Amino acid sequence: MWEYSEKTLEHFLHPRNVGEVENPDGTALVGNIACGDALKLTFKLDEHGKIKEAKFKTFGCASAIAAASALTEMIKGMSVEEAEKLTNQDIADYLDGLPKEKMHCSVMGREALEKAIAHYKGVPVPEVEGKVVCECFGVTEPEIERVVRENGLKTIEEVTDYTKAGGGCEGCHEAIQEIIDRVRAEMKPATGTRPKLTNIKKIKMIEETLEREIRPALRQDGGDIELIDVVGNKVLVATRGACASCASVHLTLKGFVEAKLRELVWPELEVEEVSQ
Amino acid sequence: MTTIYLDNNATTQVAPEVLEAMLPYLRDLYGNPSSMHSFGGQVGRSLKLAREQVAALIGATPEEIIFTSCGTESDNTAIRSALTTSPGKRHIVTTRVEHPAIHALVANLAQEGYRVTELAVDGEGRLNLEHYAKSLTPDTAVVSVMWANNETGVLFPVEEMAVMARHKGILFHTDAVQAVGKIPIDLRNSAIDMLSLSGHKLHAAKGVGALYVRKGTKFSPFLIGGHQERGRRGGTENVASLIGFGVACELAGRNLEKENTTVKNLRDKLENDLLARIPNSRVNGDRQNRLPNTSNISFEYVEGEAILLRLNEFGICASSGSACTSGSLQPSHVLRAMGVPFTMAHGSIRFSLSIYNTEPEIDFVIEKFPPIIDELRALSPYWEVGQSVCETRDFGGV
Repeated sequence: MWEYSEKTLEHFLHPRNVGEVENPDGTALVGNIACGDALKLTFKLDEHGKIKEAKFKTFGCASAIAAASALTEMIKGMSVEEAEKLTNQDIADYLDGLPKEKMHCSVMGREALEKAIAHYKGVPVPEVEGKVVCECFGVTEPEIERVVRENGLKTIEEVTDYTKAGGGCEGCHEAIQEIIDRVRAEMKPATGTRPKLTNIKKIKMIEETLEREIRPALRQDGGDIELIDVVGNKVLVATRGACASCASVHLTLKGFVEAKLRELVWPELEVEEVSQ
Repeated sequence: MTTIYLDNNATTQVAPEVLEAMLPYLRDLYGNPSSMHSFGGQVGRSLKLAREQVAALIGATPEEIIFTSCGTESDNTAIRSALTTSPGKRHIVTTRVEHPAIHALVANLAQEGYRVTELAVDGEGRLNLEHYAKSLTPDTAVVSVMWANNETGVLFPVEEMAVMARHKGILFHTDAVQAVGKIPIDLRNSAIDMLSLSGHKLHAAKGVGALYVRKGTKFSPFLIGGHQERGRRGGTENVASLIGFGVACELAGRNLEKENTTVKNLRDKLENDLLARIPNSRVNGDRQNRLPNTSNISFEYVEGEAILLRLNEFGICASSGSACTSGSLQPSHVLRAMGVPFTMAHGSIRFSLSIYNTEPEIDFVIEKFPPIIDELRALSPYWEVGQSVCETRDFGGV
């Protein structure tokens, strides 16, 4: 028997927000019956762009039902931008953890959310198109790359736990290992042994570096910089004061700000200017 | 909460008479049956009786019984022995629906260079005997075919198949772990050379099993050690549990009729009522040729683990062939071999009864079960969509 947390069992036995929202703004169906689980997610926004209502229907095991129930509870009240940042680990954490073999239920939740948001925005679903690696469960290369990157996965078994890929005929194990090796090599900073950076720590370090190393220099020229957001390795900033009207601000951002952040925070950071 | 135990193909409760018989050997009579003093010797005499009781249940002689630690050990011993004593023969015939004790073993043997034929089954879980006959070659060392399937209860015609193997000089083994104690077995006039059985499936304790080896069959031991079991299986005997095993076999012999009347009737009632009350459900396996205690039913568009955990809330114990309960990501290899559609395979539930189940228990399950399926179907995104499709679909003759 699986060791489910009390919260998982509670959400399974008393699922929240079951059903389908009428006239939804975003809707998505992920998974399929052959694979053993599927999730239909629908949501509706209020006049401020926040998620007013979210409902789900799930075919699947206890943790699939619980993860979907948790997901709908979590996103209610969020703006689309906030919901977009939700990770599969957030869903698992909300349920006080899932058995590792069941992590794919949290990934399915994140996928459904992403697809529903893409539907709302009228844009293609990010990162799911691609070469199918696992024929048994129809898992693509970008999907595997992503869970490896976001969850720091190291083994084929872990990839199977998170995506099901490799859990059938096992014919794709070699291909999965290659993806793990490649993604992990890409993740490794050039300097070698750097500890894994959580998003919160990354943002904190960026803010500190801006304050300590960058702003003093910009302020000497009457300019300033504001951190707007961090999405993965993209650092979104807005320029202020003299910088905002400076013709060579792009050079400053790439040559100075980005270089400093790469040196002191994370070697893969990319600075992008947004107008805010 | 009281437990309603309908998972007897997984394991069974130890019969009170079995426990009583075991206790003295756990308390006072701790002697080693191999010892040269009467303190140990009296234990040896009790073991002798246990061996006679086990042999009697299957129509064997006591010398044909080798005590083991479990069904898996019996299976491994039988196959390895057959291969060792058939030098030069490199082919094994078995089925796609065997228990992992055989299934995983032959997969290993295939890696060691043996050729393995796994016979297919049809939608009802039945073998094709013409295909079987063709699979037997001069290179075939051993055939291993289960007597009763643990998931569906479907019975294979092993006695007929053993005769066919004997005509070609091929050893025949059957994993009868699920069959012994549930259907009459008499090996006196059979061509079966080896048969595995297990204690805990018939109300003995866990940790004991036996391998029947027909007199005159060449044998090579699996566990090498002392002279226990006449040199055919080394290791000090699990005395108390084996003595309980003997009593359990005697009880099983006496309860065989009840098993095929009372237990069968309860099983049929449970099955028929659930099928009548729950649309889009069907029985997996040949209903005419089954163990009397087993029912494997699929409920379309719901997932088995979710059903089991809801049942658990009522103290009802059953099992499922769904992916989520199998520890792998695919539904049971038995249901897949039968070609059960995915919509059905993920929602399969196995009920397996015993003589200790009562009619009120079955009534309770019949009352609690349908609402669980209704609720889970209300959650399922496929239910409304699928329903209309299903009305006209042919499920393969159930």
